[in-house]
Amino acid sequence: MADFIFSHSYLILLCPLLSFVLIGLGYLRSDNKFVSKFAITLSAISLSYALLTALTYLISVMGHHGLPYPEKIALDGAWLNFTPTLTANMGIYLDPISVMMLVVITVISLLVNIYSVGYMKGDPSFNRFFALLALFSFSMLGLVVSSNILQMFVFWELVGVSSYSLIGFWYEKPSAVAASKKAFIMTRFADAFFLLGILLVSFQSGSFSFQTLNSPETAALLNKNFIFAGMSINMLTLGTLLVFCGGWGKSAMFPLHVWLPDAMEGPTPVSSIIHSATMVVAGVYLTARMFPLFAAAETTLFVIQCIGAFTALFAAVIAITQMDIKRILAFSTLSQLGYMIFSLGAAKVCVEGGGHHEASVNLLGYSAAMYHVFTHAFFKCMLFLGAGAIIHAVHSNDIMKMGGLKSLMPKTYWSLFAACLAIAGVFPLSGFWSKDAILLSALQSGHYITFLVGLVTGGLTAFYMFRFFFLIFHGEARSELHHVHEDPWMTWPIVFLTIPTIFAGLLEHFFVHRVIPPHFEEAAHFAHPGWLPWLATLAAFLGIGGAWVLYGKGKTEAATSLKRLFGPLYTIVYNKFYMDEVWLFFTHTVVFSYIAAPIKWFDRKVVDGSMDLTGWILQVGGKGVRLAQSGQLQFYLGATVIGLIVFLFLG
Amino acid sequence: MTLSHCIALSLILCGIGLFGMLTRRNLLGILLSVEVILNGANLNFAAFAHFKAADPVAGAIFPIFVMAVSACEIAVALAIILSMYRRKKRLDVYRLEELNG
Repeated sequence: MADFIFSHSYLILLCPLLSFVLIGLGYLRSDNKFVSKFAITLSAISLSYALLTALTYLISVMGHHGLPYPEKIALDGAWLNFTPTLTANMGIYLDPISVMMLVVITVISLLVNIYSVGYMKGDPSFNRFFALLALFSFSMLGLVVSSNILQMFVFWELVGVSSYSLIGFWYEKPSAVAASKKAFIMTRFADAFFLLGILLVSFQSGSFSFQTLNSPETAALLNKNFIFAGMSINMLTLGTLLVFCGGWGKSAMFPLHVWLPDAMEGPTPVSSIIHSATMVVAGVYLTARMFPLFAAAETTLFVIQCIGAFTALFAAVIAITQMDIKRILAFSTLSQLGYMIFSLGAAKVCVEGGGHHEASVNLLGYSAAMYHVFTHAFFKCMLFLGAGAIIHAVHSNDIMKMGGLKSLMPKTYWSLFAACLAIAGVFPLSGFWSKDAILLSALQSGHYITFLVGLVTGGLTAFYMFRFFFLIFHGEARSELHHVHEDPWMTWPIVFLTIPTIFAGLLEHFFVHRVIPPHFEEAAHFAHPGWLPWLATLAAFLGIGGAWVLYGKGKTEAATSLKRLFGPLYTIVYNKFYMDEVWLFFTHTVVFSYIAAPIKWFDRKVVDGSMDLTGWILQVGGKGVRLAQSGQLQFYLGATVIGLIVFLFLG
Repeated sequence: MTLSHCIALSLILCGIGLFGMLTRRNLLGILLSVEVILNGANLNFAAFAHFKAADPVAGAIFPIFVMAVSACEIAVALAIILSMYRRKKRLDVYRLEELNG
């Protein structure tokens, strides 16, 4: 029975694909209402099957007493035969994290579909939106169940393409087009390194499948040095770093983060699904998927940890100053992704024992990261959906034009209140548990600076989320509001999401102790300082308190004077540390004029020039030959006779 | 009369024909020159068959073939020349240039 369910788990992917094909090809062109119903129904089927699969998986592995949970290859078929020994398969891979992601993605996708009915009402491209949304879900589902890295890369790129078309959904807007191109090119840039990493790792290990790649044998095989340009480079470090580059771009870690805030140009449901369950968590997921291999490469883990911690703090600082409702959330996502990434990087403890350097793995970092992916998906999705509902009502993205929406949108108000508390890490909401687990893993592993960064970021998160919350809902309305009402299509998904937002904390034990990679045993016990939750909560309340003092009364005078006090510093932060400008400088000045321009010259003058020369020679030669073709038989005959005589005398 | 005489005669015929083809401007004249060359060739065949071959009849067949084929060819060529003359009222090959490539 279980096998029957597993072997049909392709249905989870098939439903969105079918929805994409049928709606996309225009078979259901006639009727918006029918299209949305169709999309929602297929999405619901997909969700039900995902739940069924998850349940079956749980039941079938519950009987398996030893940890960790085994992985299952539900479907497996040969796909590409490169050499007799190197074959890429297409398969469905079920292990704790992929099953978890299946459920999360299908839940979010269904809710976003329902929400979109309200949000996209009256849009001329209503059907195209649902088709692309289905493609997006399909690609992401395919990504998480991939059984080998090459298959994952295919879906990885599909996610990129569908996000490109969704971010640039309103293609008549130049900013949307620019944003979609930026997202696509930046992630492609990182994917190029990812592909190199795949080639390196798979070529060395002779396999694409995650099971082989994650085995200790592969790590041992890769762990050798080679000399390149006078430097000794470790193959394992290089390979894992290159693979991580893919995640670097998709999860928008510093300095490749600049595409994510711009991606807000897409419709809000798209932002919601990109930021909660798909696309940006793909990078975290990739890191987790390859974790056993990464764990063998200490340098890579250290890089991952540094990048994650830096991005978390960096994005949180920027989020404090932003005025655009969706941009605040975008930077908040970056910051939370930083948490997940550094948590994965911190899952390694260095123990100095008996004079020699030893390293062991603290799997809490891994489980905590996956747990945060899980909880974050729900409240971040809800925050975005809420932001969309507010934008829909106010017709502006500027939080300075909002205010006083509490009485007008009560359901949204209370739901977002829960989400803000959750993301700020207040007991007993879901965010508290996952963030606490992440901080604990950093502390246990002895990475005190990372721990401190996490703690400070937690306080900042609470501050900017409640700044956002108070400015929108409290105080007097700062602009004229007409006909603000809550559309049920949009409100109910938001309200529904409060359930996991509040209660996902109950799953903490399950996640932390069960969701660990199949190649590891549960780690030894680490100390669990009792003061940590208090400290984290204190940071959160400090942040909320700060926000209340500055913005809670709906007044912004105190904030304005503080802004003036910080003057230039504020300007720098408000302009996102000028990272966009740095990139522009890099691409326009460095790349365009010092790399692209010489190449263009070479192409135009040398490559095209030689081709043009060939053409010119042929043309002139043709003209000469044509002169000889007079059609005069006697001329031909004369030439023949003379030629014959010449040959006779020569030969 | 030896083989050399026959070859010399056929060379003379070929030379006359060639000279005619190269110098005549009249299409009919060129056609006649072609005939002279063919006859030179025929003479060669017949002479070699007569002096060298074991079975002279086999060699004599070739001139007959050549004559038959050239007769057909001349018929076609004459038809073309006639129709051309009807159109253009002239047969000067230097003036019939619109057929060139």
